[in-house]
Amino acid sequence: MVSAIALSAAIALSLAACGGNSSSNKSTTKAAFNAGVNKVFNASDTKGGTLRFANSGDWDSLDPADTYYGYSWDFIRNYGRTLTVFKAAPGAAGAQLVPDLAESLGKPSADAKTWTYKIRKGVKFEDGTVVTSKDVKYAVERSLDKDTFPNGPTYFNDFLDLQGYTSPYKDTDPNKLGLKAIETPDDNTIIFHLNQPFSGMDYFAQLPATIPVPAAKDTGTKYKEHVVSSGPYMFQSNQLGKSFTLARNKYYDPKTDPDSGRKALPDKMVVELNVNADDIDNRLISGALDIAIEGTGVQPASQGKILNDAALKAKADSAVIARLWFTVLNADVAPLDNIHCRKAVLYAADKTGYQRAYGGSTGGEIATNLLPPVIPGFQKIDLYEAGTKPDGDTAKAKQELAACGQPNGFSTNISYRAERPKEKATAEALQQSLAKVGIKLTIKNYPLADYTKLYAGKPDYAKANKLGLMIYGWGADWPDGFGFLQQIVDSRVIRPAGNTNLGVKIPAVDALIDKALKTTDQAEREKIWPEIDRTVMENASMLPGVWAKGLLFRPSNLTNVFVNDGFGMYDYVTIGVKQ
Amino acid sequence: MRAYVIRRVIAAVFLLLVVSAVAFAIFFLVPRLGGANADDLASRYVGKSAGPAQIHATAVRLGFTDPIYVQYGRFVKGLVLGADYDTGPTTEHCPAPCLGYSFLTQNPVLPDLLDRLPVTVSLASGAAVLWLVGGVATGVLSALKRGSGFDRAAMGVALAGVSLPIFFTGLLSLSIFSYSLGWTAPGGTNPMDASTPWEWAYDLILPWITLAFLYAAAYARLTRAGMLETMNEDFIRTARAKGLPERTVVVKHGLRATLTPILTIFGLDLGLLLGGAVLTETTFSLPGIGQYAVVAITNNDLPKVLGVTLFGAFFIVIANLVVDLLYAVVDPRVRTR
Repeated sequence: MVSAIALSAAIALSLAACGGNSSSNKSTTKAAFNAGVNKVFNASDTKGGTLRFANSGDWDSLDPADTYYGYSWDFIRNYGRTLTVFKAAPGAAGAQLVPDLAESLGKPSADAKTWTYKIRKGVKFEDGTVVTSKDVKYAVERSLDKDTFPNGPTYFNDFLDLQGYTSPYKDTDPNKLGLKAIETPDDNTIIFHLNQPFSGMDYFAQLPATIPVPAAKDTGTKYKEHVVSSGPYMFQSNQLGKSFTLARNKYYDPKTDPDSGRKALPDKMVVELNVNADDIDNRLISGALDIAIEGTGVQPASQGKILNDAALKAKADSAVIARLWFTVLNADVAPLDNIHCRKAVLYAADKTGYQRAYGGSTGGEIATNLLPPVIPGFQKIDLYEAGTKPDGDTAKAKQELAACGQPNGFSTNISYRAERPKEKATAEALQQSLAKVGIKLTIKNYPLADYTKLYAGKPDYAKANKLGLMIYGWGADWPDGFGFLQQIVDSRVIRPAGNTNLGVKIPAVDALIDKALKTTDQAEREKIWPEIDRTVMENASMLPGVWAKGLLFRPSNLTNVFVNDGFGMYDYVTIGVKQ
Repeated sequence: MRAYVIRRVIAAVFLLLVVSAVAFAIFFLVPRLGGANADDLASRYVGKSAGPAQIHATAVRLGFTDPIYVQYGRFVKGLVLGADYDTGPTTEHCPAPCLGYSFLTQNPVLPDLLDRLPVTVSLASGAAVLWLVGGVATGVLSALKRGSGFDRAAMGVALAGVSLPIFFTGLLSLSIFSYSLGWTAPGGTNPMDASTPWEWAYDLILPWITLAFLYAAAYARLTRAGMLETMNEDFIRTARAKGLPERTVVVKHGLRATLTPILTIFGLDLGLLLGGAVLTETTFSLPGIGQYAVVAITNNDLPKVLGVTLFGAFFIVIANLVVDLLYAVVDPRVRTR
């Protein structure tokens, strides 16, 4: 199953390229709402200054082998160079892969099982040593060791022809380069051997795990304290859990980096960790801080303040995120095992109330179906009047209730994550609107960290505790149909606990996913996503809530700011500071 | 005296063991009673694409598959004898008292705590001086001028101080003094990065005042009540009748008698704060022990939570011990006994 998940995610990666029209040449200097969306705000090449970031939490790890956060992958391009990289460009161009450490994208063998990359000449680590293919091989090898680096993705574990290889730390080869799946015939050539044909290798080549690591400097779990840089910046100081500072890597040569779009404008980058989220917003607005690095948008308190003040609003961008907030209708819990009872919920639900819970139109659009609009192939499918009667259709709901044999309604439970006030508001909005047709909801909350592991995501628990409705949300690593849908609607990913598919089990959907896996034509494949979407909606398995947006704040001292569609947040390798 | 101290220390060690066992049980036993197995627990500490095999390997690596008492025994053993941990290329020894390795960041906990202690000590000590001096002085003045405008105003402010939560006063004061007026350091300033003592104090002045405001209120009210009672005692009348200056009467005879309960509370409060001023550190984003605790709890990082709990309990126990010894200094009756 691991490889099934990985395969689907990998296919997902391969689809991310289909972004289409580039709008990278557009730019503006006039401060206005959304001036940083699809265009560059305050384009500039002026170098110097310090860029100040703050994070309300902390990284999973700064080690390229051990990180799986979107903002981390956005930021890591400052201190590491992967074989390929998503281009630093506004709009859809940001989802295009370009060569970075490699001279060009990968060259596949005829069966797409062997991929060759040529490493650029002249790329150096921060200590001046030249980056070779062996450093990349070693980096990938160590990322395979999930005992030491449990957080990172598992694509290489699943797709490389490992032949039992587990870790360079258990390697008997004197140079710790015993992995047969990767060959390095010379210092500039690296060849990957996969265990199955796979046309999306270039998407693996952009994973942080391909950032070169010099074996002599590897300190295992402690490497995160000082990652040896191959990018434009290097660690100057690093106080784990508190803050770190990046300064210029004097051995970085922009001539070796013609394709990625990196600007490397500021002289220094300072990142504070574990900073109070409300304080971050106040500091952004006052000018004492430049960027909230998580890129998820300002807190609800600041959102109102910004939107109600024209001057502040002109410094904000509403970034569309490939994320849906939704509620699963659990067919394991009677009477929701009857499709008519599920349809009654979908008709009766107050969709504007759902949207209000997420901050109104700033928080996102009312979703009529699952796929967010930024995903290629998107079609609007409105089967339950979300667009025409967003407050809910009690007449239709009552008809469905009668068809379900529950004309007076029924009682069930609704769960949400206790630490999420927006989900609480959603539960309350649904409780009110469903009560109008006699569906009585009892609200239950569970701790966020264990929601999928012990409660809603554990089918036995959800069934035993009659969780008929479960509030949740999902976003893909990249804007893409497969990566978005498969983890939430494919019944075969459901395990005993820790699920993100909270109970959608439709054989037709599974069949469509398999069909997509075999469809090599991109345009054809993109027609399958809406088909899956429609099937889930026809089956009334999910109540789509809100297609998410994040309200990002862009202080006026920044230059070269834009939202990278690939990450759904500002691009962190191009921003400069006004001098 | 020595026997007394030894007895107290043994009791303290026992207390710490009980505290650690309770904290351990909350994090390990309670989820199990709720139906979670070792793999469920381990799934908290892996990346999102981890499969069942990797999750199980993590459960084994973190020792979740062993019975609870074995896990707790391992923790206690680490405290007494130290422990060894695998960092990948090497094995590292964590010397006793080893509070364990973080499940998430894979760093030893004790160095983290010691690294953060200066911030917490800076915050607690500065605030303690402010609230002790401010609170007691206000209390004494209020008591002496009972019913006056000053008394009423001071007690009104004190009431507000006790009532207002620090995440409110903290954010409000940051917004006014740091972002609007620019007088004080912005949130997130690490005082340990300061190059001069003056800068250190500047970075901390706002958190000090905010935290002291909360505590000073209680001390002012406590002192006032104590002083009112003491100043009506016979020995005060005697002191006055002896012809002692009023200043001596108030400070040496009145205040001294009032200080005993205040000292008790002060010891406990200070001990508690040294274990981490959770709200203040979170509000001002100060990288101290309290903030560390919040992050650890949010992430279910048990070794860190246990570490902070033991650290905090240690300070409270020590503070209590010191207070008991200080009674002798403050209260002559204890000395003579």
